[in-house]
Amino acid sequence: MKPLDAAQLALFVGILALITKPLGLFLVRVLDANGRTWLDPVVGPLERLTYRILGIRSSAQQDWRQYTASLLAFSLVSCVFSYVILRLQDRLPLNPQGFAPMSDHLAFNTAVSFTTNTNWQSYVGEATLSYFSQMVALTLHNFTSAAAGIAIAAALVRGMVGSSVRTLGNFWVDLVRITYYLLLPATFVFALFLVSQGVVQNFHLYTHAKLSDPFTIQVPLSDSNGVPVMTNVVVTVHTARLQADGTPVLKDGSAVWEDVPVSDGHGGVVRTNLPVMVDQKVDEQVIAQGPVASQAAIKMLGTNGGGFMNANAAHPFENPTPLSNFVQMLSIFAIGSALTYYLGRVSNNQAHGWSVWAAMMVLFLAGTAVCWWAEARGNPIHQALGIAADAGNMEGKEVRFGIFNSALFATITTDASCGAVNSMHDSFTALGGLIPLFNLQLGEVVIGGVGAGLYGMLVFVVLGVFIAGLMVGRTPEYLGKKIQAYEVKMAMLALLVLTLSTLGFTAWAAISPWGLAGLNNSGPHGFSEIFYAYSSANANNGSAFAGLTANTPWYNITLGLAMLVGRFLMIVPILAMAGSLARKRTSPPSLGTFPVSGTTFVILLIGTVLLVGALNYLPGLALGPIVEHFLTGQSQLF
Amino acid sequence: MKTLFTELRVALLATLVLAAVCCGLYPLAVYGVAQALFPKQANGSLLTDAGGTLRGSHLLGQNFTSDSYFHSRPSSAGSGYDAANSSGSNLGPTSRKLADAIAQNVADYRQQNGLATNAVVPADAVTASASGLDPHISPANAALQADRVAKARRLSRQQVDELIRSNTEGPDWGLLGDPRVNVLELNLSLDRLGASAPASTSKPSI
Repeated sequence: MKPLDAAQLALFVGILALITKPLGLFLVRVLDANGRTWLDPVVGPLERLTYRILGIRSSAQQDWRQYTASLLAFSLVSCVFSYVILRLQDRLPLNPQGFAPMSDHLAFNTAVSFTTNTNWQSYVGEATLSYFSQMVALTLHNFTSAAAGIAIAAALVRGMVGSSVRTLGNFWVDLVRITYYLLLPATFVFALFLVSQGVVQNFHLYTHAKLSDPFTIQVPLSDSNGVPVMTNVVVTVHTARLQADGTPVLKDGSAVWEDVPVSDGHGGVVRTNLPVMVDQKVDEQVIAQGPVASQAAIKMLGTNGGGFMNANAAHPFENPTPLSNFVQMLSIFAIGSALTYYLGRVSNNQAHGWSVWAAMMVLFLAGTAVCWWAEARGNPIHQALGIAADAGNMEGKEVRFGIFNSALFATITTDASCGAVNSMHDSFTALGGLIPLFNLQLGEVVIGGVGAGLYGMLVFVVLGVFIAGLMVGRTPEYLGKKIQAYEVKMAMLALLVLTLSTLGFTAWAAISPWGLAGLNNSGPHGFSEIFYAYSSANANNGSAFAGLTANTPWYNITLGLAMLVGRFLMIVPILAMAGSLARKRTSPPSLGTFPVSGTTFVILLIGTVLLVGALNYLPGLALGPIVEHFLTGQSQLF
Repeated sequence: MKTLFTELRVALLATLVLAAVCCGLYPLAVYGVAQALFPKQANGSLLTDAGGTLRGSHLLGQNFTSDSYFHSRPSSAGSGYDAANSSGSNLGPTSRKLADAIAQNVADYRQQNGLATNAVVPADAVTASASGLDPHISPANAALQADRVAKARRLSRQQVDELIRSNTEGPDWGLLGDPRVNVLELNLSLDRLGASAPASTSKPSI
């Protein structure tokens, strides 16, 4: 933990605080169907043309049911659209590497993953997907799932501040305006910045470079049909020949030795069945290319997180420099942070917006500190093998980012439901890996996914206000609206469905052969891999303890279902709550109203988030990272 | 029913229009401007040697095994630095496989660089990176390899140190990220030195 690292953290939080207000004010204009922005002269005509093609009026208002129906219809259609492209990519253009179509379960998993803003990846991008699939099937959702998330947050806020209204806005108008006015212009500039740092943007065949220092590897030998050649030798033991009474047969005073086949216990003999290896000279490096920058920009800003390459933001072509890394981290938090300002502005209670932001920052800084400390401290098992103790845990980390920027990125990406990674969380120390996992389980409310973070946090605000109301014995109110049984039921439903899905799927996989077959690590870390996968899918995060081999029918389908639950069974109760709140009359605050700003509120909110998260997930965490931490101290290996 | 049909029709139209804008216009616009403004970066920051042979990318590490080259970090990308198959090891803190690999790497590193059998080694030298394509090693790692390379190439330690220095990138803006040495660039500059000037016969110092 170097002083320079603390300076980077201060710079990060400082810049984030500075951009929150201007970006929040811009959001206020974008999320108002009649709002004016400086982009109107360019984007306005495109916006009006889009409405004409869709056949909608921008002034039309929707109640919560219509708003939800439009959202679900769009999600369904765009999900099928991507599924079809992934299944047909061999017949579509821009496939210079000639990749085959995705299998049905992988295409289902991938289409759902991007539709739900999760971007869980069961595939290796640069070895599976054509440029067309990346650019169209996936990038579409990077924009629209982000825009949909922001739209839902805006609809919820409109419901909370509107007095005795039935409508929450118009989903199509929100979708189009957020995409055109906010996401597209920002990502265009961002993508060009990334290219300037070294992120590639081309449509070339993969490049072949000649190695200066060729080397030799061992590869499995294949026959002319491409079938691996296996050894097929009877296993024997060298043993003395015995007589019937068990004493050795003697010849010239010494035992007679022979090779006896080993029985497999079923009347057969044991044969070795190993692949035959041959030397292969490696004298070139094949370099993956593609339109990476345009996708990397929106994957960060839209908190999607799906990498073009397998290694995601750890790949030098997706995140080449510490500067590109810093700006990518900022962009993950930018919109989510600005939405808290939007909340304050629209609810005429800016202190409330900043208080929510402060609660998020406290949770963020606490997580960062623990993860940073744990990774800088390193792994005592590896240090005993001769690794310098002051270097920290560098397994699965890039030199240019080092310990601090890896730990910071891991905390940000899991706080924010982004899921891009610049280091491999699977190789973090036990406690360092606990932080990303616990962040997922808090429900992605620390800044959170764009939109999703705000509406998730507002669920906790409603619960927190309710708990405070119970403590002082008054009817809880939030922004002048009475919080009653219906709202609390909807808030609890959203939280409990997530918990049930995460724990249920984890328990199922952990006791099933298909679940255990995918593990890359054994012992408690193997359990953590499964727990992380379903936590990530339900939280719509998409990062992984990536050793898990999840590209199997069982994992692809169960993770796909978990993502659908995490997205839509959360959104529907929240929009129902928004509809219910919208119909209520706003009453002026009285002396007994619990203030939703200030230190007491911030502490209450943090307490609610931590309490719900810890109560639900602490037993599971004890079986995974917590026990692994103590076993690391005892040098126990698996 | 009619409402459902209308919703699905609007949804389909929205999908197509947004796909045309976000997946057609947008990436192509980025492509056009990027190729015009930053052609080198947009095409992979590729490096060619004096003879015009394409040797790799400034941003991607490669496997080096000879004594006369600086060695990159261990890699889990394919068979090692496979730039079409990026990956980390994804082995956890209590993995026996990882501990065995690190023990082997430590022993190899000490032996290759003439270090004591109980010498402490830099973490990056014996652990795999996240991408398996890390182009960098730490300055401490480079310094420990310098004697080996100098000896194999019959250069003076000062000449090698000078090349390490010129291929070391500090933190961006003096603040962001960690200091690092670009291995491929360093090795290519070693080859250039060998090609342009006769190998020095002076004894390696230290």
